[in-house]
Amino acid sequence: MEHPFVIDGKAILVTGAASGIGRATALLCAKMGAQVTITDLNEEALRDTFNNLAGEGHAMVVANLTNDEDLQRLIDGLPKLDGVVCNAGIIKTLLVQFAEKADIERIFDINTVAPMYLTKLLLENKRLKKEASIVFTSSMGGVYNGAIGNGLYGASKAALNGFVKSLALEVASRGIRVNTVNPGITETNIYNNTSITPEQLEQEKAHYPLRRFGKPEEIANAIVFLLSDASKWMTGSSLLIDGGCSLV
Amino acid sequence: MNIEDFMENFADQFDDTDPSEISAETNFRDLEEWSSMIGLSLLNMSEKKYGVKLTFDELRAAKTVQELFDVIASKQG
Repeated sequence: MEHPFVIDGKAILVTGAASGIGRATALLCAKMGAQVTITDLNEEALRDTFNNLAGEGHAMVVANLTNDEDLQRLIDGLPKLDGVVCNAGIIKTLLVQFAEKADIERIFDINTVAPMYLTKLLLENKRLKKEASIVFTSSMGGVYNGAIGNGLYGASKAALNGFVKSLALEVASRGIRVNTVNPGITETNIYNNTSITPEQLEQEKAHYPLRRFGKPEEIANAIVFLLSDASKWMTGSSLLIDGGCSLV
Repeated sequence: MNIEDFMENFADQFDDTDPSEISAETNFRDLEEWSSMIGLSLLNMSEKKYGVKLTFDELRAAKTVQELFDVIASKQG
């Protein structure tokens, strides 16, 4: 049966692929027959993702996406891409009154500036095929709701939602599509180094109508949908995946 | 780091609680104004004012202002 929910043979770049949503996305893309280039700062975990990619023809590049030389090295080694998943990001739970300028700059450098600048380099270096699809991992928080201590993170992600609206217009003539996924709390290790505890997360879970957090694989499913021809008439959109959290 | 200075910073995290209501022996979760947001502000205060990243478990283990001071001081080394 022919259907458009396929990505086999597509060349796809996934950032932040060492763990969480990026890892799940890379694994799913490979399983579905795509050729995947994965990148992350964490070499050991990235290699583990790489070793678990199904099929042939994949590549891994250890890179700090806030470093210009690393970015150029990444770009130079890329094939022409059918898909890009700008997913790498950090979280920092900080009340605004405690935010130093350096805290604001760091979270925006990693979550906002890096994916915007990577996109610029991909366009400038003509690394995107016609009808390519770019997906940014944004967030429920900051776009659909707020949370105490989440202002910096939420703003850094909301900026991506603004970015795609205009970027989508700029690349539409080439059939290139640009969208975001906006996950609610997803079970990744992004919370490991925060002051959020397992108990707090349990309390938080009670606010989710579907009574649980998302799984990285479930966000990956949505990302792959946006990479595939099944979403061919979607651009400049935000795909909310939050177990109903923002409804209540 | 001394306890007097710490008490002042601690009291700063409260808006409606008079500093005179807070002593080193105060069980701070019994203060009327206590909230989980003040808990987060104490974690942020520890990181920003004293350079110590406390875990939530460490915060939870501290019942009194003195105990919170002690855990931050011990992690400052």
